Amino acid sequence: MPKKGTKSKKVVDDVANEQENKLPDYLELQRTRVVCNADAPIHTLGFQYSGAFAAMGVDNSVSVEKFCKNFKVEINRLTEDDIEFDMIGVDASIANAFRRILIAEVPTMAIEKVFMADNTSVIADEVLSHRLGLIPLDADPRLFDYISENDVPNERNTIVYKLHVSCPKGSQRITVKSSELEWLPEGSQLSMASSAQSGDKQKTFTSFSKSQKQILEKPLGVKFKDITIARLGPGQAIELEAHAVKGVGKVHAKWSPVATAWYRMLPEVVILEEIKGDNAEKLVKKCPVNVFDIEDLGNGEKRAVVAKPRACTLCRQCVMKDDGQKIELRRVRDHFIFTIESTGALPPEVLFTEAVKILEEKCEKVISELS
Amino acid sequence: MEHGSLTDLSASTFSIMEEDHTLANSARFVLNQDPRVAFCGYSIPHPADRKVNIRVQTTGDPAKDVMKDALQDLMVMCQHVRGTFDKAVANHKSKKSAEEMDVDRK
Ligand code: SF4
Repeated sequence: MPKKGTKSKKVVDDVANEQENKLPDYLELQRTRVVCNADAPIHTLGFQYSGAFAAMGVDNSVSVEKFCKNFKVEINRLTEDDIEFDMIGVDASIANAFRRILIAEVPTMAIEKVFMADNTSVIADEVLSHRLGLIPLDADPRLFDYISENDVPNERNTIVYKLHVSCPKGSQRITVKSSELEWLPEGSQLSMASSAQSGDKQKTFTSFSKSQKQILEKPLGVKFKDITIARLGPGQAIELEAHAVKGVGKVHAKWSPVATAWYRMLPEVVILEEIKGDNAEKLVKKCPVNVFDIEDLGNGEKRAVVAKPRACTLCRQCVMKDDGQKIELRRVRDHFIFTIESTGALPPEVLFTEAVKILEEKCEKVISELS
Repeated sequence: MEHGSLTDLSASTFSIMEEDHTLANSARFVLNQDPRVAFCGYSIPHPADRKVNIRVQTTGDPAKDVMKDALQDLMVMCQHVRGTFDKAVANHKSKKSAEEMDVDRK
């Protein structure tokens, strides 16, 4: 069987190669896993320095090629507004950079200025404005520019919404929902008081040169139609105009494009010593998320096995007391289960690519500053 | 901005305005993986200032070049992440739509 012969030779070669530069098991464990003991996790820091194992002839550096070879993404779930994926072969510092950018630096549109024409409701102007700011808008921020202090609001940097509701005298109390916000593609309809005397075309708070309907493919609205904005009693009314602009989450959380974005490291549950019989049953019962299962060994013998390590929440029930010493909880250091919940302006997969682009831009900026 | 000495280019502190842990920590990671780097760390002098200091000491090469290479590497890594992610998403979507079609057929 020549085929088998070549194969086994290759295996031998690989082993020889590996032996040259392989870390002892306990160091390899420290390098690739965080071990979660009953009292506290250990080896949390890992080894970042490229020369950490130079004395042993092991290269700890990560070249770009090595990174590209090892990096993997697996999508577990993708819906309209959330995504869960596994990001494998990346350091926590990079994964965390993506997370931080998602929360604080990917831009969205949110209501920033509110012009009150009338508000006789019980909710104060500033509280009402704040509530309006937090409403997620269904507008793609990539189609708009940032507006700066001295800019005139125009069709490229501002979205105008109108809210005009009143509760007639003698009727029931009404609830004002976000669906009542009406998009004004032609810009503001409120005229500025100072320019009232000057001629034909009244000056408003925005200067749109054309309708936003011409720029955008779909009409703008709010993402969720059933957010309560205020409640009006008989005879009360609200009339206002809200101007939404582009911004980022680090200025105000209303601009954050995600409800939240988080990751957790892949759990690894290892049974160091066999757990049998009643103890196995006990262990299975102890875990609230059913990580363990029972394997029948025949002739009435039972043994505990790890069935769903991914579900482990690290509650540490299983390593307390009894058979605690026989189990080790670990986390895989370079395997992240990343979850992004979008608030609706952009789909979650687009948010992630935008976040990565932003990190690239940051690098580019610093490089050009240094050159 | 770079703070270093004129005679010894191998050690410098880079002060970067309007940046925080996001960039500094990733840059530190990439720099630490570079065999030319002897030491690298960063600090944020005051939480209210939007500024980070990244310290780089090399085994001889100019710190500025090493820093630039690291950022360049980080960019390439990001591009690779983006490419891999887009591919995975496209894969997932096509798989999903295929599954839905199967359901329709049944
Ligand atoms: S730590 Fe908690 S969730 Fe994880 S395996 Fe043990 S008992 Fe189950």
